[in-house]
Amino acid sequence: MVKRHITGAGFGFISWLQQRITAVIMLIFAIIFLVCVFISAFNVNSSITSWQNLFNCTLVKIVVQIFFLAVVLHAWVGIRDIWMDYVKCNAVKLTLHILTILWLFGSLIYSIKVIW
Amino acid sequence: MKKMKFSVYRYNPETDNKPYYKDYEVELEAHDTKLLSALIKIKDYQDDSVSFRRSCREGVCGSDALNINGRNGLACLTDLAGLKEPVILRPIPGLPVIRDLIVDMTQFFNQYNSIKPYVIDDRPMPERERLQSPQERNELNGVIECILCACCSTACPSFWWNPDKFVGPAALLHAYRFIADSRDQASSLRLDELNDPYRLFRCHTIMNCADVCPKHLNPTRAIGKIKELMVSRAV
Repeated sequence: MVKRHITGAGFGFISWLQQRITAVIMLIFAIIFLVCVFISAFNVNSSITSWQNLFNCTLVKIVVQIFFLAVVLHAWVGIRDIWMDYVKCNAVKLTLHILTILWLFGSLIYSIKVIW
Repeated sequence: MKKMKFSVYRYNPETDNKPYYKDYEVELEAHDTKLLSALIKIKDYQDDSVSFRRSCREGVCGSDALNINGRNGLACLTDLAGLKEPVILRPIPGLPVIRDLIVDMTQFFNQYNSIKPYVIDDRPMPERERLQSPQERNELNGVIECILCACCSTACPSFWWNPDKFVGPAALLHAYRFIADSRDQASSLRLDELNDPYRLFRCHTIMNCADVCPKHLNPTRAIGKIKELMVSRAV
């Protein structure tokens, strides 16, 4: 086959936007989480039970689940870019992409089990 | 008369096994203010085998881009005063060296050609020229001044890594120049052709391009505007 450089995959924009949006979601969650930690640190009544109660709240569970979804979607673009930059063989690259998707999807399912 | 020391990257593929640096000491007169003057003095009076490109000697042709003390710039616009000695001169990085300070720019111009660097307008030709309002023309300020010297693209780590796939800051600046041109009718097509994980989105906003541009342009800003246009047409 003639070796040609083919471009125009047509999905760069969505990945880029996905990475930015998920980064903002993670940043907001990180700020909220750090505020909770600080409040807890200065609260004498804070205990493991108060943290359990907080994370048993359905709204908090939804927020944490959205955070994990953002982590997985963000990590997918980042890890995929590393494979695209450093792995030159297409077969190896595709295999690594599939393994990354399986690993991230598995992690997401596990996060559902842990949170809910 | 002032003397200055230079260490110049030398490589002749016909005679040298590997590149080496050769030192020169140049006597400069009062009117020798730019680096290109010193290089021409080396070639004229000391070593006529030193090879480098130059043409207009006033920052318009963009042919004398060099890596000067580790930083890309045009020899004709770089002041000798303030350069740390010995001044280390290398070819611009990331492109194959043809000889001494001359690089093969094929890869760079392939990327430039890939963005279709011309106004596309399939409408019937007007009787006179295609008009543009002063406001529409102002949109091109800050992008149309690019002289394609390749200082920016060859300072970009993303271009070093994927020169065959990433368009590079210079050509992306030109891509925006045609997207922003009110006379061009192919903006959407241009955005489609850049929607690729490598072609546009290998820009990680490192901003070496804006840092080294001898014309003080900002390719990163132009790339950002292309991304903004992609967002605005998608939402």
